[in-house]
Amino acid sequence: MRGRYLPVAAFAGLIVAIQMATHFTGSGYHLTQLTMSAYYSLLAIGLCLLVGYAGQISIGHAGFFAIGGYITALLTTHDLSSHQGLALGWLAKVGVLSSRTGLYGGHLLTLHPWTACLVAIVATVGVAYAIGGPVLKLKGHYLAMATLGFGTIVYRIVLGSALVGGADGLSEVPPFVLLPGLEVSSQASLRVQNYYLAWGLVIGGMMLLLNLIHSRTGRALSAIHGAEDAADAMGIPTARYKLNTFVLSAAYAGLAGVLLTHFNGGIGPSEASIMKSVRYVAIVAIGGMANLWGALLMSLLLNYLSLRGYFGTYDDAVFGGILILIMLFAPEGLLRRQLFGELRNLFSRNVAEEAP
Amino acid sequence: MNLLSVRGVSKRFGGLKAVEDVSFDVSQGAIKGLIGPNGAGKTTLFNLITGFLRPDRGSIVFNGADVQGLAPHQIAARGMVRTFQQIRLFPKMTALENIMVGCHLHSRGGFLAGLLNLPFTWKEERRIRERAWETLEFLGCSGLADEEATRLAYGQQRVVELGRAIACKPRILLLDEPAAGLNIRETAEVGTLIGRIRDRGVTVLLVEHDMSLIMDISDEIVVLNYGQKIAEDAPLAIQRDGEVIRVYLGEGDA
Repeated sequence: MRGRYLPVAAFAGLIVAIQMATHFTGSGYHLTQLTMSAYYSLLAIGLCLLVGYAGQISIGHAGFFAIGGYITALLTTHDLSSHQGLALGWLAKVGVLSSRTGLYGGHLLTLHPWTACLVAIVATVGVAYAIGGPVLKLKGHYLAMATLGFGTIVYRIVLGSALVGGADGLSEVPPFVLLPGLEVSSQASLRVQNYYLAWGLVIGGMMLLLNLIHSRTGRALSAIHGAEDAADAMGIPTARYKLNTFVLSAAYAGLAGVLLTHFNGGIGPSEASIMKSVRYVAIVAIGGMANLWGALLMSLLLNYLSLRGYFGTYDDAVFGGILILIMLFAPEGLLRRQLFGELRNLFSRNVAEEAP
Repeated sequence: MNLLSVRGVSKRFGGLKAVEDVSFDVSQGAIKGLIGPNGAGKTTLFNLITGFLRPDRGSIVFNGADVQGLAPHQIAARGMVRTFQQIRLFPKMTALENIMVGCHLHSRGGFLAGLLNLPFTWKEERRIRERAWETLEFLGCSGLADEEATRLAYGQQRVVELGRAIACKPRILLLDEPAAGLNIRETAEVGTLIGRIRDRGVTVLLVEHDMSLIMDISDEIVVLNYGQKIAEDAPLAIQRDGEVIRVYLGEGDA
C-alpha cells in the first residue's frame, strides 16, 4: 500500500521542482506547454490501462478526446438567447446556463461549462459503450483496424461538419470555472495555478488507476491479457471487463479533451486526426506498455517537446519513428527496471572483455 | 446422484463429425476418465461441456440445470472449472497471483471498488491472499509463491494450474491431460493430487493418455473413438473390452 503511493509523492515532487525551475529561471511560459502536456497525459495513462494491462489496442483514442472537446466547445459557445422561453430562464437560475459578453460585445447565453463537461463525458462514455461492445469481440490486428476506422470516422465528421466549424474548428470557448477563483484557462496570470490544477488532476487520475491495477479487477485484466480463455475458465466475464476498461479509458480521453479545450479556448480537427491516436499509442509503447509510470513520464516529456516545437515539421514523423523503433528494438519500452541492470551488464561485460 | 449429464451431444466441423451423439453421466464425488485415440473428440467434448463451443444437438445438464448456451465464465460460476491441454498460466504473474485469479469467483470487488480502493476490498484482498497461500500449501509448493509462473519447470506449472483451478472451489473439475509431458514420478504425484482433490469433495472428469494413471484413479471410464462413445465401464472391465482393445491395439492383435 505505502509502496504504491511513494512514487506518487516522488512525482508530485518532480512537478513542483519543474515549476520552481521555471520560476527561478524566469521561463514561466514553459508552463503553458507543460499544462497542455498534463491533459494529454490524462489520456495517455487511460490508454495505458487499456493497451498495457487489459491488452486491448486502440488506435482511435483521439476520437474520444475530440468527442469530449468538441461537445464542450459546441455547448459553451452556442448562443441560446434567441430561444427565449420559460425553461431557459429556469435553467439559468439553477446554474445550468451561464451568460457572458461575447468577443464582439454581444450578450451570450450558453450552457455552463460544468453542464457541458457533464454532457461531454456522458456522450463519450455512451459512444465508447456503443463502439466497444462490437469491436472488442475482435482481437489483435482486427481490433486495431476497427478502432482506426472509428477514429477516421470521428475525424471526417468534425472536419466536414459546418456545425463544428469544419477545418477551422471551434474557438472562443470560455474558461472553465471549476470553483470561484479556480478556473481552467490559459490567462498568463493563472499560469501557475493551471499548471498545478492540471497535474493535480493527472496525479488524482493516476492514483485511481494505480488502485485499480493492484485490485482484484486489475488482476483479472492481467489475466485476460495473458490468457483470455483461461481467464474465462476462472469465471471472469472477459467481455464485460474489456468493455469497462475501454469505456474507462475513453472517459479519461474525453475528460482530457474537455479540459484542454477550455484551456486552449478552442479545438480543431487535428485533435481528432489518426496521427494523434498513433502518437498516444507510441507514448504508451515507449513507456513500456504495462507501465503506468512509464506512460506518464514519457507523455510529460514527449508532449512537452512536441508542443514546444522541438520536432519541427517532423513532429508526426518523430512519433511514427518512435513507434517503429520501439517495436523493433525495445518492445518492452524504454523505462524498465531491468534496463538499468542490462546497461550495467553491458558495461561490465565490455570491461571484462578488454581486461585480458 | 448425477452431478453432470451429457445427453446426446453432437458437434460437426464442416464434414467432420467431431462428437456424435455422446451421452454419459458423472456422479457426485466420482473420478471419471475419458480416453480415446488422438482425434477421438475428447477435447472437443470438454469444450462443449464447458461452454467454449456450442453443441449442434444434445444437452448438458449440470447440477440439475441445463447449461448449454451459457458463456464459459457463467458455467465456471456455477462450479464447473476446467484446465487446458496446453498449459494456460497467466504470464508475467507469480504463481501466487495466478492462484489469486482463481479466487475471482469468490470475491466481488469490481471496477469502482478497485479504482477507489474501498476499505471492504482490503479485507477481501487479505482473504484472497490467504486462500491462495493455503492452496499452495495444499499442493506442497509454497516455495514457488513468488516465482513467475510461466518460468517454472513444466511439472510445477501443471501443479500451479491445478491449484488455480481448485482455488475456484469447483464442484466438478475437468482436467484435460493433466499429466501430459510429465515424467513417471511427476505423473504419479499428479495422480495422488487428483485423489486428494476428490477427497475434498470435488468431482473430477479427466482426459488422459497415460493409461496407468487413468486406470489407477478412475472409478469409471468412457471411451471415445471417432467422436462416438464405444464403451463405458469400470477400469478393469474397460481393459478387457474387445472393442476398446481393437481400437487401441489394432485389428490383428485383438
